[in-house]
Amino acid sequence: MIGRVVNFFGDAAHAKARRRLLWATLVVVLAADFLVNRDHGDFFWDFIPGWAAAFGFVSCIAIIFASKLLGKQGRVMRDEDYYG
Amino acid sequence: MVEWIHPGLLFVFGAVPIPFLRGPARQAWLIGIPLLAIADVASMTPGNYGAFDFAGVELLIGKVDKLSLVFAWVFTIMSLIGSVYALHVKGPEQHVAAYLYMGSALGVVFAGDWFTLLVSWEIMAFASAYLIFAAGGKAAIAAGFRYLMVHVTGGVLLFGGIVLLGLETGSFLIGPLAGEGGLAFVLILVAFIINAAVPPLNAWLTDAYPEATVTGAVFLSAFTTKTAVYVLIRTFPGTEALVWLGAMMAIYGVVYAVLENDCRRLLAYHIVSQVGYMVVGVGIGTEMALNGTASHAFAHIIYKGLLFMGAGAVIHMTGRHKLTELGGLYRTMPLTVALYMVGAFAISAFPFFSGFVSKSMVIAAAAGDNRAAVTLMLTLASSGTFLHTGLKLPYYMFFGKDCGLRPKEPPRNMLAAMGIAAVLCIGIGLFPGPLYALLPHPVDFEPYTGAHVTGSLGILFFTLLGFVVYLKALDPEPTISLDTDWFYRRGARAFMWFAEKPVAVWEGALSGISDSVILRYLHASARGGLRVDLNVVDAIVNGVARSVLSSGSLVRRLQTGVVTHYAAAMIGGVLAAIAVYSVAWGG
Repeated sequence: MIGRVVNFFGDAAHAKARRRLLWATLVVVLAADFLVNRDHGDFFWDFIPGWAAAFGFVSCIAIIFASKLLGKQGRVMRDEDYYG
Repeated sequence: MVEWIHPGLLFVFGAVPIPFLRGPARQAWLIGIPLLAIADVASMTPGNYGAFDFAGVELLIGKVDKLSLVFAWVFTIMSLIGSVYALHVKGPEQHVAAYLYMGSALGVVFAGDWFTLLVSWEIMAFASAYLIFAAGGKAAIAAGFRYLMVHVTGGVLLFGGIVLLGLETGSFLIGPLAGEGGLAFVLILVAFIINAAVPPLNAWLTDAYPEATVTGAVFLSAFTTKTAVYVLIRTFPGTEALVWLGAMMAIYGVVYAVLENDCRRLLAYHIVSQVGYMVVGVGIGTEMALNGTASHAFAHIIYKGLLFMGAGAVIHMTGRHKLTELGGLYRTMPLTVALYMVGAFAISAFPFFSGFVSKSMVIAAAAGDNRAAVTLMLTLASSGTFLHTGLKLPYYMFFGKDCGLRPKEPPRNMLAAMGIAAVLCIGIGLFPGPLYALLPHPVDFEPYTGAHVTGSLGILFFTLLGFVVYLKALDPEPTISLDTDWFYRRGARAFMWFAEKPVAVWEGALSGISDSVILRYLHASARGGLRVDLNVVDAIVNGVARSVLSSGSLVRRLQTGVVTHYAAAMIGGVLAAIAVYSVAWGG
């Protein structure tokens, strides 16, 4: 059972099914965020449905590119033998 | 009838027979002691135990309250998991070191006075360093010495802070520190945040943990930073600077994880990031925030142990640790993949996993304290956590490009240890009640509200979307990343100048002072101590210096003379502190 689940996420034969599952999950998660009760919140964004999804997506991209910029342009990334 | 047994002593004395036991007897012993320690913690009732008067100073080795108990619970549980994971290790040395390490970590947890804390703190540093040295090879030895250098420095700062604090307050009992900005306050805070790996003092962790042995890294990931979090809760609740240090820390670890190619170093950067949440909680200092910190430490120790065990299993079976050289292992290691992913879901705070019920308490405490920026920073770091530990690392380690290796699943004891941790990650996520009941303050928090669940899923799944879209940008590269360890690895020349000039002058001045005020009997005992120190300290300092000065003939020529000065300066400092202490309390 565990082997089959893991194989589903690894085997290239299931690539199409994986993609469909991802899209379906995204739609369900986003839709659910519009349906839940939002009586309580600390900040204005707590009352915006879909905020978390947008924030997650933007955060992810920001982290990837800001870090890579720092690594390459900021010369944080060096050759493996830098310290000898 | 013994009133109270220190669980740390179970480990310290339990370490003694390990070299003499063989085969199944040793394995039974290695599991038996942690079980005994868990039973010991389970049977404890709050109170003060082992209080005695030592040369006019009040010591308290067993302060048992809700806060020490919650950490003792998770430390002993982790000691069981780590011991099961390490059962196959043949030689006794690593087991003994791990036992001393766990015993001294429990020593810190129950310490009611500063001296008990200091002694436990130092034993922890040396015992844990052995788990790095034991990996053998040039890189591990050098990293081990750098690790020791940082922790010995931290220990000296702590010692100085404690002496000053004793002078100011006249008491050695541990409690929340007042007097923000005072020298004692700053010294102790710096010593603690070194061990908590708060940037820029984080590099010892990410430098050394990935060089440790496969089983040693599991212990390392659990104890040092979390004892630091524990003492921060004890002594610095509500220290505003910690809020911002913690929030930066949460993001710092995430940024470096993007660049990282070594699987355990990536996980190590995520220790930095996760401890950031705990440090924020300490800084906020409300009951809910401290509860959040304690519960997140609890959950973190177990899921981080699980992640290190998963990466360790891969290293154990393949001998490789770089993501660029791994991939495609899911075919033959599906159980390892599944168990690792439970840890990954837990650290990412997926609903029904342990991180969800603990991390959210810290974020809710930040929101409840009206800290919008901190809340957003921590939420951003959550996205990064899933991106790396939940997506990048497993993708390039287990899936992705096939590296051609077909390793088997790791030994059964490793899988069993990962299984126990995985059950706890899910159990705590499904039923947070028992964990909440252990927390130091009453819990008024419900993690499973509709908006919180859908919000968390939104962040996580749209991070997944970002990962899928920008996968190519995340391909690991065969590089290393410069961190603040650069300053003592490449900046050694400047350091040596500093050791040659100002420190030597300072040392001369100090010995002048100590000559004039020190009592006569102290002279005699100090001379005895000096001989030990010169041998022991010289050996360590020489080792540290060797690892620091890997290049440069000029520096190499300086080394011998400098080491004597350095050792003399250290001893001078210690003597001066003893002198101050003896004058203050001796008479």
